[in-house]
Amino acid sequence: MNNPSVIEFKLVNKWYGHYHALRDINLTVTEGERVIVCGPSGSGKSTLIRCINALEDFQSGTLKVNHISLNEDLRNVQMVRQSVGMVFQQFNLFPHLTVLENLSLAPIQVKKMSTEHAHFLAMAQLTRVHIEEHAHKFPAQLSGGQQQRVAIARTLCMEPKILLFDEPTSALDPEMIQEVLDVMIELAAQGITMICVTHEMGFAKRVASRIVFMDQGQIMEQARPEIFFSQPQHPRAQSFLAKLLDH
Amino acid sequence: MHDQMPHHEHSMVSSHFIKAAHQPIQARSWRTLAHRTGLEFKRHPFQSSLSIILFALLSLSGWAFFEWGVLNAVFLPDEAACQLARPEGACWGVIAEKYSLILWGRFPFEEQWRALTAVVMIMLTLSLSASGAMWRHGHRSWLYVSWVGCALFFEILMSGTFFGIDIHLGLTKVESELWGGLPLTLLLSIVSIALATPLGILLALARTSDMPMLKTFASTYIELVRGVPLISVLFMASFMFPLLMPGLKSPDVLLRVLAGITLFSAAYTAEVVRAGLLSVSAGQVEAAQSLGLGYWATQRYVILPQALAHVLPGLVNNFISIFKDTSLVTIVSLYELTGALGLALNGDANWRPFKLEGYLFIGLIYFCFCFALSHFSQKFQHSQHHHS
Repeated sequence: MNNPSVIEFKLVNKWYGHYHALRDINLTVTEGERVIVCGPSGSGKSTLIRCINALEDFQSGTLKVNHISLNEDLRNVQMVRQSVGMVFQQFNLFPHLTVLENLSLAPIQVKKMSTEHAHFLAMAQLTRVHIEEHAHKFPAQLSGGQQQRVAIARTLCMEPKILLFDEPTSALDPEMIQEVLDVMIELAAQGITMICVTHEMGFAKRVASRIVFMDQGQIMEQARPEIFFSQPQHPRAQSFLAKLLDH
Repeated sequence: MHDQMPHHEHSMVSSHFIKAAHQPIQARSWRTLAHRTGLEFKRHPFQSSLSIILFALLSLSGWAFFEWGVLNAVFLPDEAACQLARPEGACWGVIAEKYSLILWGRFPFEEQWRALTAVVMIMLTLSLSASGAMWRHGHRSWLYVSWVGCALFFEILMSGTFFGIDIHLGLTKVESELWGGLPLTLLLSIVSIALATPLGILLALARTSDMPMLKTFASTYIELVRGVPLISVLFMASFMFPLLMPGLKSPDVLLRVLAGITLFSAAYTAEVVRAGLLSVSAGQVEAAQSLGLGYWATQRYVILPQALAHVLPGLVNNFISIFKDTSLVTIVSLYELTGALGLALNGDANWRPFKLEGYLFIGLIYFCFCFALSHFSQKFQHSQHHHS
């Protein structure tokens, strides 16, 4: 584990009004790591990863992403966002643009790429998620699983160093979950740094290099998956896993 | 389910009804028709009677209008014949007599071909803009070029100069106070729509932004302007400017009125656009931000296209009301279509009684433009349908 750290939370605290959403978060993620964040709903998992690309702010502590400190400086925020990709639960594809336009918008507008080059790149990423035949369709013409794969390809077009997944399969019909997980497994195998909030424990076992268990805004336990799933230390982690297994 | 049954049967019956009506006219099919109608009446006695009453009323008034407007009407500009035909027959002769004053206002008579050419040019550019092909990527720049060209030619044709500079075209100079009728109506509405829309979008963005200063400014502006009638805005634009800026040479009344209508309409446009902005889900902004798009790129490429498409009916509503509100500029002595009609008839005791026909005439012109606009917007919306 000599890889450099790419994300560093130090004593990060966040409040929504009086609600304490994140409590003294300390978390370091190194390059190439695949971190799965799990925990009961309302435990702060989504808030945690949304802090990484500044979709949420925090009130105390420090957070460095790719050695850039996320503070009030808007330029830093822009720099961080260009190197961090995010996949949302609700896909959030742009419904008025075709799949190809969804993918090439940011490369053209942010990286000032030529349209031809951006389209070429977009087709390559669509091929990577096995959906190149739908390039000229609109998002509404695709199934949920296909839309989520397009969303993954869209973030890949910006060639991010870190990929964040915020419950990427929670809004999908059961038969479509696997096609999205398969794409994520392929990405994991290619060595990209991933932080993923998910309830898919089978997937977690398979790809995670580390499991982070959260409850009530705190990180309760961090462990390698084989240890976390067989011998969880914290009582809350034990009861969380027991409930998942019952289910 | 039980409630829907009669409705379902109803549609079945009407589809049979239509089929029956399409068959060659035979005694049997007529009998079927009568039978079906009878059934229909028994099923929905109230609706059927209402339809019959409405149909009867419409036919009666339609016939009355036809009698007045065609059978008993005078089409020649013959004042005596018109007087005789009153009140049983319309006097379309008033249009034949006064059309040039109504259409072109006080524009000098021998120069009216210039006003006509200007109007034709605007209509051509409008219909060019209405064609779907021109909106496609790559053609859009041609659309801008043709509008800029149209504006320049309009100015040269109407004023005879190039924004006040004599360019020796041999055209007599016509002061903008003398512009009137249809060209003035089109100028006022197109320019104020074209300027109020971007201004309204900026105001809406300001009102929905996170910055308290901008937010307060936009809200205050919108609430203030919406609280005042247009007619008083026009009055202020025309008479207050010289008072507020003494010593400054105030721009001519046409420019002041254009600014007044634009600033007024922008407030209404802003509220329509704001509704659209609120209808786009927060996830869209987050997705754009997480891809590294900045504020303006996010608004321009992600949020506004969706927001404006959502509120297109409201925007068109706004455009139509701007178009018709231009008729209020008569208050500051600009004689656009409605004003020019008054100008044409009020001063002429012989023709004054035939104002109704005049209003019907300009009403038809207004209607044609509004109908074309709403037709275009429906076509546009239809082309957007596959997105959602």
